Amino acid sequence: MSDITSQKLTELIKNIKDKKISSEEVTKSFVEKAEKARTLNCYITEDFDSAIKKAKKFDSKPNFNLKLPGIPIAVKDLFCTDGLKTTAGSKILNNFIPTYESTVTHNLWNEGGILLGKLNCDEFAMGSSNETSFFGNVQSPIDKNLVPGGSSGGSASALASNLTPVTIGTDTGGSIRQPASFTGTVGLKPTYGSCSRYGIVAFASSLDQAGPMAKNVKDCALLHEVMSSYDLKDSTSVDFKRNNYSELLTNNIKGKKIGIPKEYRVDGMAKEIEDLWIKGIEYIKECGAEVIDISLPHTSYALPTYYIVAPAEASSNLARYDGVKYGFRSDGENLIDMYERTRSEGFGNEVKRRIMIGTYVLSSGYYDAYYLKAQKVRKLIKNDFDEAYKKVDAILTPSTPSSAFKIGEKTNDPVSMYLNDIFTVPINLAGLPGISIPAGLDIKGYPLGLQIIGKAFDEQTLLNIAYAMEEKINFKNNIKEWWIK
Amino acid sequence: MTIDLKTVKHISKLARISIEDEKAKKLAGDLNSIFEFIEKLKKLNTDKIEPLTSIVETTLKLRKDEVKSKNIRDQILKNSPNENKDFFVVPKVVE
Repeated sequence: MSDITSQKLTELIKNIKDKKISSEEVTKSFVEKAEKARTLNCYITEDFDSAIKKAKKFDSKPNFNLKLPGIPIAVKDLFCTDGLKTTAGSKILNNFIPTYESTVTHNLWNEGGILLGKLNCDEFAMGSSNETSFFGNVQSPIDKNLVPGGSSGGSASALASNLTPVTIGTDTGGSIRQPASFTGTVGLKPTYGSCSRYGIVAFASSLDQAGPMAKNVKDCALLHEVMSSYDLKDSTSVDFKRNNYSELLTNNIKGKKIGIPKEYRVDGMAKEIEDLWIKGIEYIKECGAEVIDISLPHTSYALPTYYIVAPAEASSNLARYDGVKYGFRSDGENLIDMYERTRSEGFGNEVKRRIMIGTYVLSSGYYDAYYLKAQKVRKLIKNDFDEAYKKVDAILTPSTPSSAFKIGEKTNDPVSMYLNDIFTVPINLAGLPGISIPAGLDIKGYPLGLQIIGKAFDEQTLLNIAYAMEEKINFKNNIKEWWIK
Repeated sequence: MTIDLKTVKHISKLARISIEDEKAKKLAGDLNSIFEFIEKLKKLNTDKIEPLTSIVETTLKLRKDEVKSKNIRDQILKNSPNENKDFFVVPKVVE
């Protein structure tokens, strides 16, 4: 049997069910692996002792009917965990212990999953490189000088370095798909309303979605069917028929129509990204699907729209951190002074920048010019997709305009950092599902991803296309465990 | 459009984030480059477009108005930055 930590989720489940390995052995393997990988800085909070206890408990009375029988899983530190510190990568939540469990993590534990700990992320999920975390940046297992992407950077890095068999992240503008692309892993941003937002630290409520990250499409499909549920605790949760996605997974996509949007051929796009996309189109054709040129005319307006809508919603959501109920406070001369100092010292620079943008675009006299305007453009962007889906079943694009960049390379230029999300942001604005799958390596040996965008609530078709392409691409990640001395 | 130091100070007051003059200057620069990028939207005519108000058209469901108490007062109060374990305490607001 191969090394436990390099096994896929579905292999681990089979081996546990066949009683070839116990949950305790599996859990201890991932714990030992993580203890040797602390230099990557993936974890904010380790919950290893408790995980081993839970694994022993599972083994003493195993229930093999569960979908994740005794499987240890580390999750992004944006999911509230009852009784365990939840920071969202921020100093302002450094002492916060939730008294409730997020619905998505609750679903994992309900199916036999075991919490390993909480993974590093950009502060309040605001970033594309994991460099805005109060707990320091995360190193990519690909190369120690590279960012793992963000905001789910700790999740991507932990997954690619085999510290967790699968993981979950959140995606507001690309925060699952971009780090998946940078680390050679699979990341799904589900349709808005598919996974409950209850108990997830809010960033931009009309864009946030939780989703699975895995080493292959099948694992991703299985994790998604566990996570996704209709939830009365989230008023935007949608009551639609959810599939057993992993059971219905098929690589037969003959006759499916795949759109190629010309507007994603952006100025200055690296040649290797263009080549990757062309290769992806060839693979699609080899799978028997039909390729159709389409137009999404308002694509170039998506990023400016996003940088109005997301900060506006963030400035409202983050108003609750006032030094009263969430563990952190800076003393002041009076109440207002206490608020101002707490927020000044508790939030990092990127978060403050976005709160300021959001406050400004919502302030008196500017609402119509910015926020209302952006919501109108958002409508046009959504209409583009609605039109396109009259002709096609899914859309294929690159996941990112480049491979992973170096730590520190973009930290002084917010706009160049924002441009990294150019291909992922429109999907959040339109509420659609999107998946990034590893599709090749660039000349430096860094992974590159392709994004498939689906119709709302049709994750099955999306996953099937990804599954078929994965087989054709046959991607091999090039990771040497340089962090083990 | 340019965002000057005075505007930055005004927004920081609205956002309840105190900011020193030095940092405000740097922030004004950042905000200007971001807004320069955002201004692109102004070129687009949206006169006849209805704003998007909801990404999924659904009717809100009602749930029963029930009290679900977990009796976790002490755990909740543990998140208070103040040492008083009976209440969330804030600086005096009424003279």
